[in-house]
Amino acid sequence: MTLTWKKLLVPLSVLPVLFLLAYGFRTDPRQVPSPLIEKEAPPFALTLFDGEHLSLEKLRGKVVVVNFWASWCVPACYEEAPVLEAAWRAYRDSDVVIVGVNVQDTEEAAREFMRRFEFSFPNGPDPRGKISIDYGVYGIPETFILDKEGRIAYKHIGAVTAETLSEHINRLLGEAPRMEDRRKGHERKT
Amino acid sequence: MNGKLRRRPVERSERTRVRGSRGTPLVVFVLAIVVALPLSASSVEQQVQQITSELRCPVCQGLSVADSPSQMANQMRDLIRERLSAGESPEAVKAYFVERYGEWILLAPKREGFNLLVWVLPFLGLGAGAMALVIVVRRWKRQPTADASLTIDPAHLDRVRRELAEDQR
Repeated sequence: MTLTWKKLLVPLSVLPVLFLLAYGFRTDPRQVPSPLIEKEAPPFALTLFDGEHLSLEKLRGKVVVVNFWASWCVPACYEEAPVLEAAWRAYRDSDVVIVGVNVQDTEEAAREFMRRFEFSFPNGPDPRGKISIDYGVYGIPETFILDKEGRIAYKHIGAVTAETLSEHINRLLGEAPRMEDRRKGHERKT
Repeated sequence: MNGKLRRRPVERSERTRVRGSRGTPLVVFVLAIVVALPLSASSVEQQVQQITSELRCPVCQGLSVADSPSQMANQMRDLIRERLSAGESPEAVKAYFVERYGEWILLAPKREGFNLLVWVLPFLGLGAGAMALVIVVRRWKRQPTADASLTIDPAHLDRVRRELAEDQR
């Protein structure tokens, strides 16, 4: 009786620890699930670098891509910058808006970054970090894709790729009955 | 002589008492203002300190917002101060951060549900250890009956005592 107990004791104490370690090492500590998915996107207003004002609420009915970036974020922000600009040029005629939120940066460095990648989509600073905290941003870059009802449909951590962007934008555009026209219609069928 | 000596202290004490009764409310009033002003500010500061020490700095590795010099932590501190000054309770401020970042933002998990294991398990472990100790000690206590046969040669014992006594000399 005591022998079987002693035999059981080792696996009983070792196995839970092993399971815990196996679970812990498999999860990526940088991939923190956002509680904001499927929730309404926190509203914000931006004063853009070109002096214009942008209010998220006025973009209802459009698919909105909110990208948090900084000029010091190397290399991820430099990788995704051309992708974002290309997506803006491809989708600007559809109901898609890409908004860049520049965080923890200097205006000069941010403008230099925008010049370098020929940004033509709206970009503005978040000088007090209120927007990024509202969106639960903890690393840069992070990209949120909002559906036409203003809910956060997807959050991307790290440099966003063209495939990811177009996949989610197409999906969200397709959800709206109004967007069945023109190129989007047959693009989805292929 | 005696009368004079007796009267003087009475006069003095009367004077001070009159002066005191007129002055005290004013002094208290001024003191109250002087003390209350920084007190209300510092209690907000204390709350900021308390909250930031419970929140994880999102851009750091295992640091609280209170311990982090990063810009993000500074912005969070400002935001917390602003919300507290606007009359929000510390609980509401923490709830706001949990709503945005998830429970991950709290350095200590909430004491509920599965998380309770973290608080309960150490004590369960301690209890199990104590029980194991009791069982083992009881077993040891039972065993000496087998060792009772162990006898010491009186001559040997005698020699040990003698040599010890020699050593001490």
